[in-house]
Amino acid sequence: MSKHTFSIGGVHPHDNKISRDCPIRPLPLPPTVYLAMSQHIGAPAKPVVAVGDKVNVGQVVAEPGGFVSAFIHSSVSGTVKSIGPRKDLAGNPVTCVEIAVEGDEWDESIDRSEDLVTAIPSDNKAIIEKIRLGGVVGLGGATFPTHVKLMPPPGSKCERVIINGCECEPYLTSDFRTLLEKGEQVVVGAAILRQVMGNVPCTIAIEENKPEAIVHIREVIAKLGYEGIEVMSMKMRYPQGGEKQLIDAVMGRQVGSGALPISVGAVVQNVATALAVYDAVQKNKPIIDNSVTVTGGCLPEQANLLVRVGTPLQMILDAVGGVPESAAKIISGGPMMGKAVVNLEAATVKGTGALLLLTEAETRRGSASACIRCGKCADACPMGLEPFLLNRLCKAGDLEALEANAIQDCIECGCCLYSCPANIPLLDNIRLGKGAVLGAIRARAVAAKAAAEAAKQ
Amino acid sequence: MTSIIIWTIAIITVLGVVLALVLYLVAKKFKVEEDPRIDEVEKAMPGANCGGCGYAGCRAFAESAVKAPNLDSHFCPVGGNDTMARVAAILGYEVKAKAPQIAVVRCNGSCAVRPKTNEYDGYPSCKVKATLYSGDTGCSFGCLGCGDCVAACQFGALSMDPETGLPVVDEAKCTACGACVKACPKLLIELRPKGPRGMREAVLCVNKDKGPVAKKACASACIGCGICVKTCTHEAIILENNVAYIDPLKCKLCRECEAMCPTGSIHGVNFPKPLDKDAVKERIKIRQQKEKEAAHV
Repeated sequence: MSKHTFSIGGVHPHDNKISRDCPIRPLPLPPTVYLAMSQHIGAPAKPVVAVGDKVNVGQVVAEPGGFVSAFIHSSVSGTVKSIGPRKDLAGNPVTCVEIAVEGDEWDESIDRSEDLVTAIPSDNKAIIEKIRLGGVVGLGGATFPTHVKLMPPPGSKCERVIINGCECEPYLTSDFRTLLEKGEQVVVGAAILRQVMGNVPCTIAIEENKPEAIVHIREVIAKLGYEGIEVMSMKMRYPQGGEKQLIDAVMGRQVGSGALPISVGAVVQNVATALAVYDAVQKNKPIIDNSVTVTGGCLPEQANLLVRVGTPLQMILDAVGGVPESAAKIISGGPMMGKAVVNLEAATVKGTGALLLLTEAETRRGSASACIRCGKCADACPMGLEPFLLNRLCKAGDLEALEANAIQDCIECGCCLYSCPANIPLLDNIRLGKGAVLGAIRARAVAAKAAAEAAKQ
Repeated sequence: MTSIIIWTIAIITVLGVVLALVLYLVAKKFKVEEDPRIDEVEKAMPGANCGGCGYAGCRAFAESAVKAPNLDSHFCPVGGNDTMARVAAILGYEVKAKAPQIAVVRCNGSCAVRPKTNEYDGYPSCKVKATLYSGDTGCSFGCLGCGDCVAACQFGALSMDPETGLPVVDEAKCTACGACVKACPKLLIELRPKGPRGMREAVLCVNKDKGPVAKKACASACIGCGICVKTCTHEAIILENNVAYIDPLKCKLCRECEAMCPTGSIHGVNFPKPLDKDAVKERIKIRQQKEKEAAHV
């Protein structure tokens, strides 16, 4: 039994990895793709194509709209049909580039062979530039531009790169399948990341419910003869895949409130991101597809699909036989942190990792009753917060007290809600309060900046 | 036995007198000098402590009003012009009468015209719902229907109509304090002048989507066609971001826009007679023809 896990809080939901034996298979090309300009955290990308332009697979469609932003590449070949707002999976409008698919012409610079390229370029700056040009973002869910993470602020030093293969959310298996099927590429990707950060040691963290992956990756590392990369078997616990939790579990270090992982010498990247780094650096292949787990007890067949970015969700569901009658809710992502999908015409983005279909019985929310002060939420919170207190303060709208109680540290993992015996909508309220507090902090920063400038003059 | 009772009464009486004296002296010695007009102004206020004026309560309003050089930045929406006249009389200021206002919910997407596209099973709060997604209809701008505005109203002036799923403002009770305006995450509620005898026109839609998208989501959405702008002879209608807005200060209540609106998103209330759309359309047609002829000449 592995003992490695984070030190406070967490829950252990049933893992429900019913799609674990489904190999990743490519989904046929969709007739049309819709590339959203906000597929990453940060400024939306700016389209550089015009309606009527012909594009190839891998061609740049949009440029970064700021420092924290990313390139977006065409995932198909065809003609740009329109550029304009389109509703995303939650029904909110985002700017999308619509491309009608014609054939499958790839950009000539992309190496499409299956050969494993192990020779890593020696120039780190060039590697980071390739990652930037490849539009690589964190595929664990947050979609933070990877090249920004690889350029730590001056004065901070990276001591360990952690590759996050925990996949602690129930149901999801795309990272697990990636580890099994693209293990070599992931390990080379890890070696690239480790070299960029200054040849620091690297840990690939995999939860113990994926023993095949642990064995396979250990074999791959031995075969490739890499030193400095190790596999760590982790005890199953949600939210182990959370950046701060994983650093605690692997390195035994706690990231302070409001601080970045680099402040304790850690850089965390997801398995899928490591693969994307490999593709971008060794194969010149930008992110044009990602693997999506399509799962749920009500589905007749489970699947892991390799989907081109921008594929309409309806088409992915059609590939597994459509939405069954018994499905009451479709979730993009896992059951703990995923978002409910209300618009199946919406398209996938780089960060889409799963589509989960749940029945009425599985999604039913019990009616809320009064808090009995059992403290289960406080026990479960992996950030050491007191959700019951934050809930009360959020209702009262006491922003100062909320900030004093570190509501801004909440990672919205949902452990409090999961553990509450009174079904109190803790996270719903906390999310509201967190937004208000973050807004107040930003307003204060802006005011301080303005005051400093006024003082200068 | 009797002596015990007498002694007790005597001691309590003496204690009472001594302590009263102490309290009196302390109150004299540490008296906080306060402008007596603050109390007077506070008495003149409605005492709802709703915060609609922007101050923490009626007393905070009174304290600020007494210190202010004039009453331009002070207005009690609940008490209205009567209260402000009394306050002005106490303080010896002049006050300009303000048109009474009322909360207007700018969404007319009832259940009948705005079909639901999904079922919301989360926490029944508009604010929570708005953080999760665009809402349970195709319109991402309209009323979410969880009644945050109703909960925010201290005067019981708002209620949800179960038939339309939209909040209804009780004109007699609404004080235009603005609490609902702040409570609505979709920014649907606007304080508009009540109008002469309560008559007023407004576009009850804020959907910024392009016409076909808006129309698909809601049959009575403003589709930004601009017919109302062309019809209006008072230049009272602004069309911006695919949605029309009637400037209440310029509107002359002719109701021509209401008759011409193809989706029925413009609503007039408290008019003595129901709108005869055909008659108004005929009138506009004749007028526009005359204008055309005049232009040719």
